[in-house]
Amino acid sequence: MPEPKKPSFQHSTPLQPGRKAILVGASSGIGAALARQLADQGYSLALLARRKDMLNTLCDEINQKADQTLARAYPHDVNDYESISTLLQSILADMGGVDVFIYNAGISLPVGLKKFDFDKDRRTLEVNFLGALAWLNPVAAMFQSLKSGQIVGISSVAGERGRVGNPSYNASKAALTTYLEALRNRLTRYGVHVLTVKPGFVETDLLAGAKGTFWVIPPEQAARDICKAIRTHKQDIYTPARWRWVMLVIRNIPSFIFRKLVF
Amino acid sequence: MSNISFEDLQQVENFGHSLRLPSYYYRPESLDDIKPFLDIAQDAGLTINLRGAGRSYNDAALNAGGIILDLQAINRILKWDPETGLISCEPGVTIKQLWQHVLSTGWWPPVVSGTMTTTLGGCLGMNIHGKNNFKAGTIGEHVLEFTALLPTGAEVTCSPHKNGDLFRSMIGGMGMLGIFTSITMQMNRMHSGLLDIQAWNAPDLGVQLDDLDSRKDQADYIVGWVDCTARGRGLGRGQLHQANYLPEGADPDPTQTLKVDFQTLPAKFFGLVPKSLLHYFMAPFMNNTGTRLVNTAKFLLGRDKSFRQSHASFHFLLDYVPDWELSYGRQGLIQYQSFLPKETALKTWSEMLKLSHQRNLPAYLGVTKRHRPDGFLLSHAVNGYSLALDFKITSGNRRHLASMMQEFDNLVLQAGGRFYFAKNSETKPETALVFLGQETIAKFRALKKRCDPDHLLDSGLYRRVFEGA
Repeated sequence: MPEPKKPSFQHSTPLQPGRKAILVGASSGIGAALARQLADQGYSLALLARRKDMLNTLCDEINQKADQTLARAYPHDVNDYESISTLLQSILADMGGVDVFIYNAGISLPVGLKKFDFDKDRRTLEVNFLGALAWLNPVAAMFQSLKSGQIVGISSVAGERGRVGNPSYNASKAALTTYLEALRNRLTRYGVHVLTVKPGFVETDLLAGAKGTFWVIPPEQAARDICKAIRTHKQDIYTPARWRWVMLVIRNIPSFIFRKLVF
Repeated sequence: MSNISFEDLQQVENFGHSLRLPSYYYRPESLDDIKPFLDIAQDAGLTINLRGAGRSYNDAALNAGGIILDLQAINRILKWDPETGLISCEPGVTIKQLWQHVLSTGWWPPVVSGTMTTTLGGCLGMNIHGKNNFKAGTIGEHVLEFTALLPTGAEVTCSPHKNGDLFRSMIGGMGMLGIFTSITMQMNRMHSGLLDIQAWNAPDLGVQLDDLDSRKDQADYIVGWVDCTARGRGLGRGQLHQANYLPEGADPDPTQTLKVDFQTLPAKFFGLVPKSLLHYFMAPFMNNTGTRLVNTAKFLLGRDKSFRQSHASFHFLLDYVPDWELSYGRQGLIQYQSFLPKETALKTWSEMLKLSHQRNLPAYLGVTKRHRPDGFLLSHAVNGYSLALDFKITSGNRRHLASMMQEFDNLVLQAGGRFYFAKNSETKPETALVFLGQETIAKFRALKKRCDPDHLLDSGLYRRVFEGA
């Protein structure tokens, strides 16, 4: 059975140019909250995630609320690297442009304090970092050619120190943060804006069952901070903002103390 | 993977600087270079739009997320016979190239646009008209024959008598059926490089429209300017310019006036201001108060006068001030042009002008012309008049302008009017359905399916008006 033809996005006209965003990792958590809030601001959205049913439900909810096709679902696994260029090409054609690209795909597979597990580590890096690279390369090429655009990477405060609890997650987010910084340094001169988002603890699937969490915020609050940062062209935010000061302290804890900590 | 690369993306703008959309941009150097793009597009699942000089105010020459083939480099004049006035050109030949090629032997293009930068491919694709539409019809009426490459790969020759259905629909077909590869046209015989001009004021819109109508039998060209800021008894007041060819013998030195150099537009205004800088001086007046001031002065200083002017000076007003569109600011401008039958024009446009005053969204420029119907499938022409209105876009007025455009559309449709696809940017499918009719649209769609079964040719305009709803 061929897939039914998807309804098309609103056409851009001089009086209704419309903003457009691609959101990778949109089915739940911060991604879904961001999708809802960007739709409220009138964005057309290409929503990507593995979980097709959740994605379709989210699109239906957004489109019904807006009474027009603002969101379309593109089921996709970020590790299906070969498909990304073609998919980006067809999203660009469907939406008629992209103003904002958001990489929010992320997993956390803790291995336990005394265990080591390469399979889990590899999987974490594949989704959190290699998937990001696979998307950000063609997206950066696109925005560089267009001399405009905004890239948003959802990294984490966890990328600022290596901790005993989740080494590969820390490493993946550290790599993403550094890569985004390098992209910013490359692309600012072409008029492209790169935003690194570092959430603290957010009430999402990633946090389910995690111990020792505090200052947990709902994904809607993180999404609000991110939307504001997109609007105001910030290059680096913590959400909630107080993590900036906490991380300033944590980054400066000497190693001989940090080695003794167990979080 | 196709040969399409993200590095070939460019933001492509319309003439009004009101829409910038990304496309993979290519500029083939010859006709042979075009065909491979059909395969590339098909492999990549992308569409192609053909672009000439990009002088459309809307999305006719845009193709967001798709391929744009800029045909301006395919611009050879293939054959010219100064005895008969027949010329054959490639699609990228501009109106400027055309008149400069034929003038010295006493010829002039039968229909020209308000800017000479437009290409013949674009002019035929939109079936342009000039200030002589009531007399000469559209440019398509002067095409004897064209050859075209269809997206199927077939090459066709069309004339009014051969493949007539394709002839009448590819001309005005927005570039959606095929690619013009050569165009053969008949030029107009001239006995001078000058035109006899008469200029006079019209105290209101009624007089202006009456004058456009009553002069049509004696004028070769006629065009009106409307002060759209004037209210009350002066609603729609303006100035008219009529131009006539000089009869044989009237020009004492035709060899001189028929020289290209004689026609060249002045490089400086008032002998002082380089015209490339003029748009900076215009920008401060591009607001409601400034425009009202300038328009009032222009009207009050307007006198009845007769003079002689070169063809280029009369026709190419839009080229007088290079980049004049930039004076409208960063958000650009839109043009709203409507075509109304003689009987309903005055009442409808008076209502529209009043509405624009009520909303505090006056047009900064208004231009009227007299028209006659033609036999092309997607025709915009009527036995009546057109009024083109330029509106400045600001970051705060988009929503209000959009709702006013919708009200304008309703008024025009109620009055039996039509629209021209190279101008209006907000025309909706349901509007096109009313003025073109179901049958015409079905006919065009059937031709599209025949000529372009894989839907390789597409544009913002076509998606917006013909694929929506």
